[in-house]
Amino acid sequence: MATVQPFRVRSQSAEQIAATLNQVSKNYGAVQALKHFSLDIRAGELTAVLGPNGAGKTTAIKLLLGLARPTSGRVSVFGRDPTALQTHLRVGAMLQVGRVPESLRVREHIDLFSSYYPQPLPMKQTLGIAGLDDLRDRKFGELSGGQKQRVLFALAICGNPDLLFLDEPTVGLDVEARHLLWDEIRQLLSLGKTVVLTTHYLEEADALADRVVVISKGSMIAEGTPQEIKARTAGKTIRCVTRLGAAEVNALTGVVDVQDDRGTMVIHTSRPEDVLRELLNRDLNLSGIEVAGAGLEDAFLALTQEKSN
Amino acid sequence: MATTAINQNVLIRPNVFSICLKETKYEFLKCLRLPMYSVSTIVFPIMFYVLFGLIMGRQNIGNISTTTYLIAAYGTFGVMGASLFGTAATLASERGFGWLEVKKATPMPPFAYFLAKVVMSMIFSATDVVLLLILGTAFGGVHLPAVVAAKLLLTLVAGSLPFCAMGLAIGYFAGPTSAPAFINVFYLPMSFCSGLWIPFMFLPKFIQKVAVVLPAFHLSQLALSLVGAGDGGSGKMHWEALIGFAMICLGIAWAGHQRAQKANG
Repeated sequence: MATVQPFRVRSQSAEQIAATLNQVSKNYGAVQALKHFSLDIRAGELTAVLGPNGAGKTTAIKLLLGLARPTSGRVSVFGRDPTALQTHLRVGAMLQVGRVPESLRVREHIDLFSSYYPQPLPMKQTLGIAGLDDLRDRKFGELSGGQKQRVLFALAICGNPDLLFLDEPTVGLDVEARHLLWDEIRQLLSLGKTVVLTTHYLEEADALADRVVVISKGSMIAEGTPQEIKARTAGKTIRCVTRLGAAEVNALTGVVDVQDDRGTMVIHTSRPEDVLRELLNRDLNLSGIEVAGAGLEDAFLALTQEKSN
Repeated sequence: MATTAINQNVLIRPNVFSICLKETKYEFLKCLRLPMYSVSTIVFPIMFYVLFGLIMGRQNIGNISTTTYLIAAYGTFGVMGASLFGTAATLASERGFGWLEVKKATPMPPFAYFLAKVVMSMIFSATDVVLLLILGTAFGGVHLPAVVAAKLLLTLVAGSLPFCAMGLAIGYFAGPTSAPAFINVFYLPMSFCSGLWIPFMFLPKFIQKVAVVLPAFHLSQLALSLVGAGDGGSGKMHWEALIGFAMICLGIAWAGHQRAQKANG
């Protein structure tokens, strides 16, 4: 029967590589989903692949699962081809799926998927980790969006895999459901699993990841700990009406970018307090001030610009 | 050892037979609970039989009773429906909505997935035929010897396989929601032209000529000849036609499978 791995300290085996994409390109017809993309997944860590829609996140996951073949480059999981049976036996995946057979009960879905693996988790533990104890006899079609995602999560973990892929696990969920799933992912990490998670929420990567990889248009644009990524992207947006010229503002310390939005100046900055003080000093008539946290889009803008400099 | 992430021990997959068994069990439960499938594949043939056989069919067709004739005809009709909908509709939907991909990411042996659909369809096919035999015997004055009834059941269930193959072919080419419509385009006209609704000999001559290329015609003739109402053609020829048809469908299904693989590279 299943042996449950004991709890252990994470990052203990941080140097061990569980999976690799090496100079991988992937074309779908004329569309280049990944361009010479390289990524090492370290064992025992959660790697978050962060990027906007269409960045190539799902393609990377499909290549690692052997569901798609690279146009060029090499993909390896546990030192083997991702399509090998030995690979599939130790990997679990939660993919984005349009429709799941709705007439089967939660425990029936789990029972079936567990039967594919040599050492599945006991049903009770799978239900426990995924928070499905009270829902085991429900039919899939009767569940809410968040509950459905938790069932897919359960199907990904029930085989007690060493490596787990979660492709946008919390997309479309409300805040509460998202946080529930985060707790479940953390439980899994405490069991020593290696997790690859794709997301377009910076907050999600920050909450869960040991390492964040930011990709855009098929290429990696940044890589680091969540703290490192945040420091590089933690910008603010200042909007104001001013008589100052764009060039002058752009020259201020801490200003990343200046844009004009129908007479309102939009300033991206990493040091909002300093910039604001300077603006008020230089233009006593400054009006219509708004300061907002930069969204992920701004973060990407900052990162891409940083890269092109 | 705490971390098995780099563990290179060779894992042994669980017994493939038990995976197939479980896959089939849940495929069956899944479809049984879908009224669109279970009702249309079981209730329709039975309803037709009660209406046109037990209630309205008090005369003979050729030299056998209508109630006997219709067991073979609606048996063929039911078997076709169970097979086509059981394979094509679920495959097209699960393929189109990404569920098949979720399963492909697991160590499930791919053939278990297809085998489960075929065996599930065969269970529904057998249920159809058994129910028709029971109804006919109990209420329609049908007196088939047990050996003939058993042969009829085996023939129709074995003869469902070409339609499972056809279902797989449709399932690979039809869209996830359009599959049922796609199936009906083949299923209903083919049933009519093969004499499953109106006895074959009453059909217009040109339809009788066209029917020779239809697998439903060949299966129904095999069934009818068992109950004494065949057209006198050789059984071997009908089986060969069905096998040939199954091969063509498997070829098309294979091409569809290759096409789907290619789309992913």
